[in-house]
Amino acid sequence: MTARALKTEEYRITQEPYYASQGDEIALFEAAFRNRLPVLLKGPTGCGKTRFMEHMAWRLKRPLITVSCHDDLTASDLVGRYLITAGETVWVDGPMARAVRAGAILYLDEIVEARKDTTVVIHPLADDRRVLPMEKTGELLEAPAEFCLAISYNPGYQSVLKDLKQSTRQRFVALEFNYPKPELEKEIVRHESGVDEHVAAKLVKFAGMTRNLKGSGLDEGASTRLLVHAGKLIASGIDPRTACRSAIAEALTDDAEMLAAVNELGASLF
Amino acid sequence: MSNQLSLTAAELETLLDASLDPALSARRNTHLAEALAAFARDQQEFVLHWTDVIARTNTEMAYLFANQAPEGLRRMALADIEAWIVQAMDVYDRMGLFPACKVFREVAGFAAEARDNACGVAFEDISGVLELFVRGLSGRLLKLESSDELYTDTDVLFLPARVARLPDREQNFRLCKAMAAHQWAQTYYGSFRAGLNDALQRYPDPERALRLFHALETIRLDARLARDLTGLHREMSELRAALNENLCPAAWEDKVARLCSAESSVQDTLALLAELYNGELPAPVSYQGTMHPDRAEAAVAARIAREKGEFRTALMQMLGEKDGEYKESAELDLLGRFSVTPNEEREGEFSFALNLDGKPITPPDNVRALMDSIIQDLDQIPDDYLTAAGDGGYRRENEEKKPEDVWKGAYHEEGAFLYPEWDFRRQHYRKQWCVLREIDVHPVDEPFVARTRHKYASLIHGLRKTFEALRGEEKLLKKQANGDNVDFDALVEAWADMHTGREMSERLFTKLHKLERNIAVMFMVDMSGSTKGWINDAERESLVMLCEALEVLGDRYAIYGFSGMTRKRCELYRIKRFDEPYNELVQQRIVGIQPKDYTRMGVTIRHLTKLLHEVEARTKILITLSDGKPDDYDGYRGDYGIEDTRQALIEAKRDGIHPFCITIDTEARDYLPHMYGAVNWALVEDVKKLPLKVSDIYRRLTT
Repeated sequence: MTARALKTEEYRITQEPYYASQGDEIALFEAAFRNRLPVLLKGPTGCGKTRFMEHMAWRLKRPLITVSCHDDLTASDLVGRYLITAGETVWVDGPMARAVRAGAILYLDEIVEARKDTTVVIHPLADDRRVLPMEKTGELLEAPAEFCLAISYNPGYQSVLKDLKQSTRQRFVALEFNYPKPELEKEIVRHESGVDEHVAAKLVKFAGMTRNLKGSGLDEGASTRLLVHAGKLIASGIDPRTACRSAIAEALTDDAEMLAAVNELGASLF
Repeated sequence: MSNQLSLTAAELETLLDASLDPALSARRNTHLAEALAAFARDQQEFVLHWTDVIARTNTEMAYLFANQAPEGLRRMALADIEAWIVQAMDVYDRMGLFPACKVFREVAGFAAEARDNACGVAFEDISGVLELFVRGLSGRLLKLESSDELYTDTDVLFLPARVARLPDREQNFRLCKAMAAHQWAQTYYGSFRAGLNDALQRYPDPERALRLFHALETIRLDARLARDLTGLHREMSELRAALNENLCPAAWEDKVARLCSAESSVQDTLALLAELYNGELPAPVSYQGTMHPDRAEAAVAARIAREKGEFRTALMQMLGEKDGEYKESAELDLLGRFSVTPNEEREGEFSFALNLDGKPITPPDNVRALMDSIIQDLDQIPDDYLTAAGDGGYRRENEEKKPEDVWKGAYHEEGAFLYPEWDFRRQHYRKQWCVLREIDVHPVDEPFVARTRHKYASLIHGLRKTFEALRGEEKLLKKQANGDNVDFDALVEAWADMHTGREMSERLFTKLHKLERNIAVMFMVDMSGSTKGWINDAERESLVMLCEALEVLGDRYAIYGFSGMTRKRCELYRIKRFDEPYNELVQQRIVGIQPKDYTRMGVTIRHLTKLLHEVEARTKILITLSDGKPDDYDGYRGDYGIEDTRQALIEAKRDGIHPFCITIDTEARDYLPHMYGAVNWALVEDVKKLPLKVSDIYRRLTT
């Protein structure tokens, strides 16, 4: 089997990605989209931000271009650069220019990881100008009405070097995400992993226990994503205790004492 | 060695003879050799080796050892036998031959002790894991302490100092876990909720009634665990089986059904107690411990009173945030605006929703935890929790210091700095309100620094390594005018520029560059009277460790201590200025840090903000080491102190300074997020761990 190669802006999500709404975030995002406002998704890791973006891309029938930001991401990585083929120079659009041209949804994941000078290039796109100046080609790309910019950010980081600048954050409509309420989270785990309701309820309870330990040695409690991972392992016949240990406890911490405590909590439930 | 053939009795005898020299002891070693012949080769060689070693000290003792060795080999592992020998030799050196031989003769006793050491678990070994375990179960903060008695007062779970009832460590740990879980279940499923003490006193023999009650309650809790924590329940059942214990006597079996239903409460247990009072009293199971309803009720009452105040204060804060202003508490009618309704969706669990003005709201984490805790005690949140409170929360009663002490000598404001203070009631600053002076800490020449370095030698080594790695963080710089390698991307770009007729860049190289950490950090150390003793030591040790680490890192740093009494005498103690090197004088000043008076934080933050503002750095951080809320003698406490501190921190943030607080106050959750922001603080619960943690937190904060 070979993987199909598609251009990112041509790839459409055709199957509805499963997303259980926690509140009015879908309506909010749609309103922001219609009003051409950029969106900031706040929330801890693994609570469904990326899935929400996929769902919205499907719902709004737009291509979704996702860029995971890292500290080596330069402005030309986003906008584009000249390349040389056979002695000729060819301009190649970066993901940002492609998203603007195609009227796609551009999703910059973990924006604080990008260098501060890089975050600034999104500014003209993120206010009412909605343009992308491309210095190298001397062009100014005007975003069509369908273009939408979304960024995500985890406010739980303590590092002072990883904070979102006011000049950036004040351009966005912010949607706050958190771990879903137990009933909903149970439903999500059940649906995503294929375990029965009984096991899903236990996994959710386990997550609650680890979230109780946040601040007592854990930086974060278990995310919904980890629960789904554990659920999938259980559904494929792995012993629930082993699944909790490998998919959740070991993923949360390396501290031996904390690991032992989390394992005991997992073992108490199954 | 073990796969070699065992030595025969004859071979052994020859070897033993060589060590024990039968000519001197006039004994025949034949029976020793015969007893040893049955063992494996490595065991034999072990015995021969040690017989030889002991014989060099004393032949008589060596003979006795060889004689007892078969018994020892049957009872102990080789490592334990070695410990046994070493102990005997040690006794010989100190007390002579006879007591030493006694050690060898008492092989059974030593083996039992060794087994106990090998398989038993000590409280210190397991308390860390179990404390986290219990916190994970309930969310409420329960402390673990070691005690002769196994019981809980609902604040603290008391566990034995050592558990060695079962044959291996793993099982003994399970037993400890069962003990902790059973006590946790008492607090969580409301064993003390029903005025238990009074109910039991009505029986002719309250002691018997209590024991019977406990036995029945254990059955009820066991059923609850079976429903909620299947795995734990299974483990506890296995434990009972291993110990041959029975939870429910045969005579009770058809009576306890109602204890095992999903809605059972402590009332059912009490009802059944009345019925079964004259029957037999079953033996308690080993994780059950005892109950002290009187102590538990006292602790519950104290907690209820405290949490009631805290809850009202928290609600008022939420109201204040919603309405945008903070009214005097008496004017507020909490009941009219807040309501609490039980959540229908989850049965069998305590779940309540908080509503404000008829709409459900999500309370902050600390209020959530508080509600859970109240519901655990009372099964609900009573209406009177929602009526207007007097002055709840934020109280601190230590008024023993007299203001007249302050006013000795002539008062003047020369050479002092004047700062405003925020009055949240007026929503205005009080101008020139605080008088602050900088004072040098008196240097003390004591070997404290050397001692600390010695105490934490290995830790300092580790710290240095981590911080060196931070400093040495190398980064590949692109588009440099010169460097070690060609920057291919830049080259392509330049080529492209040239072909499109633009000017070609000369910056075509990559270069490895050490990342410049342009950070200036100010440490603000609490020197209030409450830091006396342990905390002061921990603070000083933390500073020593921190300086060691920061010297490696090369970040610019300054350290100031703060204390004072009343707004007229705010004092800032210089320990290290930014431009001062970390030298002997600075070390002596660290040693000289002493607990002084009160903590007026706002003015200190304003002054240190000013100092930080004068430093050139890309990132500026203000880290507070604190042990409690802001507090000063002249009314600077409660909301006033907190709001002024918050305001001072907001001013600091406006100046581009990142404030952060490291605290040891376990109640910090209630006020620090409000002052510093949700993530800009860290709690170090164990004071002893402060020196380790502070550097670690700093590292996390700046990477």
